[in-house]
Amino acid sequence: MKLTLKVWRQKNREAKGAFETHQIDGISPDMSFLEMFDVLNEKLINEGKEPIAFDHDCREGICGTCSMFINGRPHGPKRGITTCQLHMRSFQDGDTIVVEPWRAGPFPVIKDLVVDRSAFDRIIASGGFVSVNTGNAQDANSIPVAKEDADDAFDAAACIGCGACVAACKNASAMLFVSAKMSQLAHLPQGQPERRRRALAMVAQMDKEGFGNCTNTYACEAECPKLISVSNIALMNREYLGATVKSDE
Amino acid sequence: MSRFSGFFSSSIGKKMTVALTGLFLCIFLVVHLWGNLQLFYADEGFALNKYTVFMTTNPLIKFISYVLYFSILWHAFKGLHLAWQNRRARPVRYAVTNGKANSIWASRNMGLLGTVILVFLAVHLTNFWAEYHWGELPYTKYVVDLGTGEILGTEDVTGQGYSEKGFVLTDIENEQEIHVYKDMYKVVEAGFQQPLIVLLYLVSMIALGFHLRHGFQSSFQSMGLNHPKYNGAIRWVGTVIFGILIPIGFATMPIYFYFFHTT
Ligand code: HEM
Ligand code: SF4
Ligand code: FES
Repeated sequence: MKLTLKVWRQKNREAKGAFETHQIDGISPDMSFLEMFDVLNEKLINEGKEPIAFDHDCREGICGTCSMFINGRPHGPKRGITTCQLHMRSFQDGDTIVVEPWRAGPFPVIKDLVVDRSAFDRIIASGGFVSVNTGNAQDANSIPVAKEDADDAFDAAACIGCGACVAACKNASAMLFVSAKMSQLAHLPQGQPERRRRALAMVAQMDKEGFGNCTNTYACEAECPKLISVSNIALMNREYLGATVKSDE
Repeated sequence: MSRFSGFFSSSIGKKMTVALTGLFLCIFLVVHLWGNLQLFYADEGFALNKYTVFMTTNPLIKFISYVLYFSILWHAFKGLHLAWQNRRARPVRYAVTNGKANSIWASRNMGLLGTVILVFLAVHLTNFWAEYHWGELPYTKYVVDLGTGEILGTEDVTGQGYSEKGFVLTDIENEQEIHVYKDMYKVVEAGFQQPLIVLLYLVSMIALGFHLRHGFQSSFQSMGLNHPKYNGAIRWVGTVIFGILIPIGFATMPIYFYFFHTT
């Protein structure tokens, strides 16, 4: 395949970036999008140029680092996958592909396509601990969990923290991510003791980081590689209202 | 109180107030449409004028109307405040975006649609509400049969020194009721002869339809109500009733008076 790539290049946080255009040839339709970038970077290195910086780690859709905004959509045109799982056969020979970093105030660009997502880490940290008794492990059957609750918790826990929800949202809102993290604990008995203070603290941190307000466009759900449901956002809204009314804080 | 100030300045709290006021405005729209349909009685405005007096004098309705004014202002300013914050959350914008691929148009343009409605409200309230309260209105006298309720005659009594919104005298001898009203009907009739006003109303009703097609179901999500058992029904009401039927209902009034009504 022969492609034209327009890629965002930016030296560092402070620099003003710009698009750079590259022609590449000999791309196999079976390559992943990241492998296509590997080919391009090898070419750049051979020419003595600076390779394009992009985040990646697992390359199997579980680490959530491979953030690329491809032709106006996070992780490209396919539903329910990350950039590393996107194959070049999803494009046509001769296509022009525009690749940008995630854009959001709380996700500053570090270099080229790499953004700083530590805002997400600070939100997780603000959620705090769950109380777990030390000593011998309890008998598993002593804490009954309904199958439906276990399923809901597990679905929410599938979030890989990739930030595609923020990237897709016209408001750069982080509500899908934060709600998934809140939801996975709110559904389980282990999450109950700190439930209210967790809801208050995570929302406060989310707002402090400068993410936008959700307007329920549901773009996040449509673009989430793990198909996290916006029903988690409704749950977070309930949690937050309930915690405001009932907590001692 | 300080415990709740955190709620009202949080993203979720602000959203919930926009959602609650928005839903209240939706209920108001139903009542408002129902009342205004009295324009279509062929009674030279008798029913509408009588209704207008009731709506502007009944103490309970008066109280609700203050809640309504507050809701409109709160909803508009908080909604636009949120929209402004949301723009600032993405200081560097994308070169290419494909919103169509993941969301409906109305959901991405609530601020714009709301602004159209706000402009409409300013014109609408100036033309009708302020006019009724402070303008120089025509007066009409209706003579009604006490037994049958039939209108026996109407008379233009403008400029005969009336200043009240309306009153009723009972003439027992002739078994008649004499109603004298500020004639809001004539104001509406005249207002809808102006093409620019009619155009503004029609455009605004389209904007309202899109605003509510997204907004109605969105307000339930904002308040934390999202359940597969009810989502379908909520979406249907939002699309069919609030997105289509109610705006069409309102639009029939300027259309009727401009194109089909003869005085
Ligand atoms: C009769 C008039 C109106 C009705 C019935 C109405 C109804 C609604 C409803 C139900 C929502 C959804 C709330 C939510 O998503 O939680 C909404 C959202 C919104 N409205 Fe209105 N609205 C009206 C007028 C206006 C006006 C005049 C403005 C402002 C100029 C406005 C601006 C907005 C904005 C910006 C949103 C999105 C807020 C958000 O999602 O965070 N609306 N409206
Ligand atoms: S909710 Fe989905 S899109 Fe958002 S961070 Fe988690 S996995 Fe990524
Ligand atoms: S590289 Fe790990 S999810 Fe793509």
